[in-house]
Amino acid sequence: MEYLLLIYHSEAGWGKMTPGDEAAIYREYGQLRDDLSGKGKFLGGSQLTPTTMATTVRVRDGKRVVTDGPFAETKEQLGGYFLVNANDLDEAIAIAARIPSARNGTIEVRPLAVRGQAKQA
Amino acid sequence: MDFEKLHREESGRILATLIGLLGDFDLAEEMLQEAYAVALQKWPSDGTPANPRAWLISTARHKAIDRLRRDQRFERKSEEIAKTAEIAAQPEGDREEEMFADDRLRLIFTCCHPALPLEARVALTLRTVCGITTEEISRAFLIPVATMAQRLVRAKGKIREAGIPYRVPSPEELRDRLDGVLLVVYLIFNEGYLASSGDALIRRELCAEAIRLGRVMCSLLPAQAEAQALLGLLLLQDSRRDARVSAQGELVLLEEQDRGLWHGEQIQEGTELVKSALRRGAAGAYALQASIAALHANAKTAKDTDWPQIAALYDALLRMHTSPVIEVNRAVAVAMARSVEEGLALLDELERREELEEFHLLPAARANLLRRLERMGEAANAYRRALSLATNDIERRFLRRRLTELEKLRDLRS
Repeated sequence: MEYLLLIYHSEAGWGKMTPGDEAAIYREYGQLRDDLSGKGKFLGGSQLTPTTMATTVRVRDGKRVVTDGPFAETKEQLGGYFLVNANDLDEAIAIAARIPSARNGTIEVRPLAVRGQAKQA
Repeated sequence: MDFEKLHREESGRILATLIGLLGDFDLAEEMLQEAYAVALQKWPSDGTPANPRAWLISTARHKAIDRLRRDQRFERKSEEIAKTAEIAAQPEGDREEEMFADDRLRLIFTCCHPALPLEARVALTLRTVCGITTEEISRAFLIPVATMAQRLVRAKGKIREAGIPYRVPSPEELRDRLDGVLLVVYLIFNEGYLASSGDALIRRELCAEAIRLGRVMCSLLPAQAEAQALLGLLLLQDSRRDARVSAQGELVLLEEQDRGLWHGEQIQEGTELVKSALRRGAAGAYALQASIAALHANAKTAKDTDWPQIAALYDALLRMHTSPVIEVNRAVAVAMARSVEEGLALLDELERREELEEFHLLPAARANLLRRLERMGEAANAYRRALSLATNDIERRFLRRRLTELEKLRDLRS
């Protein structure tokens, strides 16, 4: 199954890191990515720019409404994602727990919908 | 052949095997129903098969294969065809006792997966592992049947679509996941033991099911001392079942219970389990609670109880996590171990805490200590306060009786 691992973290906290700490975190992310790729489990993923770069788009009654900022103001912000291939939820959870930001942020694990499964049970 | 009895006692185990075989909760349930229907039709004339359980599993399995093959004619999915082939290829008749055990354990871990809401874990475990009907579960939890049914449907939907595996967790994960299973067992027991509204028979059944689950966990994971401690706790609590409510349906406090009504064999088994769990290093909340229960259960009278040790055990529990119930119980133990005044002082301190304002057990415990100090006016006030906060019928009846006794006593004296 395919799972999207959404990485939420505090942008403010990220900004306060020393360059040394930041480099160590990036290194750790790189290792995880390489390890998953080697096992054919990494399907994609990236860090995102901060929410100050975000633009929100809605179309209502055929009219386009464009606003600045993210969809929702939250304590932790979406800062990146991994798209992974895992046998089951337990494996996806195990991968999520290895994401460095899991230690001070939150990882949301969402299975990708397969034909028609997205409707609420 | 007692069909009802077979249905009641074996459904959970048969369902566990079928879920293991078919990998699909709904399909397994449906096919089991169909197999029962065939049995009802055939057994009266053909005679009951030598092994009814194996017969039902085999019939349900064939029905499932037919169903999957039929579905494939309309919608050819390579995945389902492979699954059908896999099910059809499994040899029949060799899924006896040990396979049953494995299936059951896998099913328990699936039903208690932390990705499911806690209330759904409890309901799903009762439904699929214990084989209790949705109607009975909803009666036990005082929830409309439709709501409970919906809760089960959602949980099964998440198991399927989020990919919750049907598997015993790896050794690294086992410890954390076991805690989750034990919590569900503990909650099932408490629902039966503490709730005093709802259907008494079903509540009794919940306690029995929790104990049965506890036994399954202990026998399948014999190395887990915390599971042993929990089973010990449940057995010890349950051993008092006949003494804690009077013939009139009234609550009887531990100190006033007829200890002759306690179940001695259960106390012995529970105590042995607690001792063995402690020896093997169990030190969690269940082990501490079980130790307290063992001290109570093995005391000849309320006075004879090792109160200093009970107070110390409550201290240890409080260090693990704070809870108003534990705080009140600790104060009562201190009152028994040292002096009533000292216990009362602790309760007075708790009363000053805003978050405990609505907690009825606090004025109830104070009233009891005040009564013992013969401060009758204050005791009556505390009972009135407890009565205004308590919602549970049995507890309210108990408090009212106590209040009436006090008022009579005061009238006699004046």
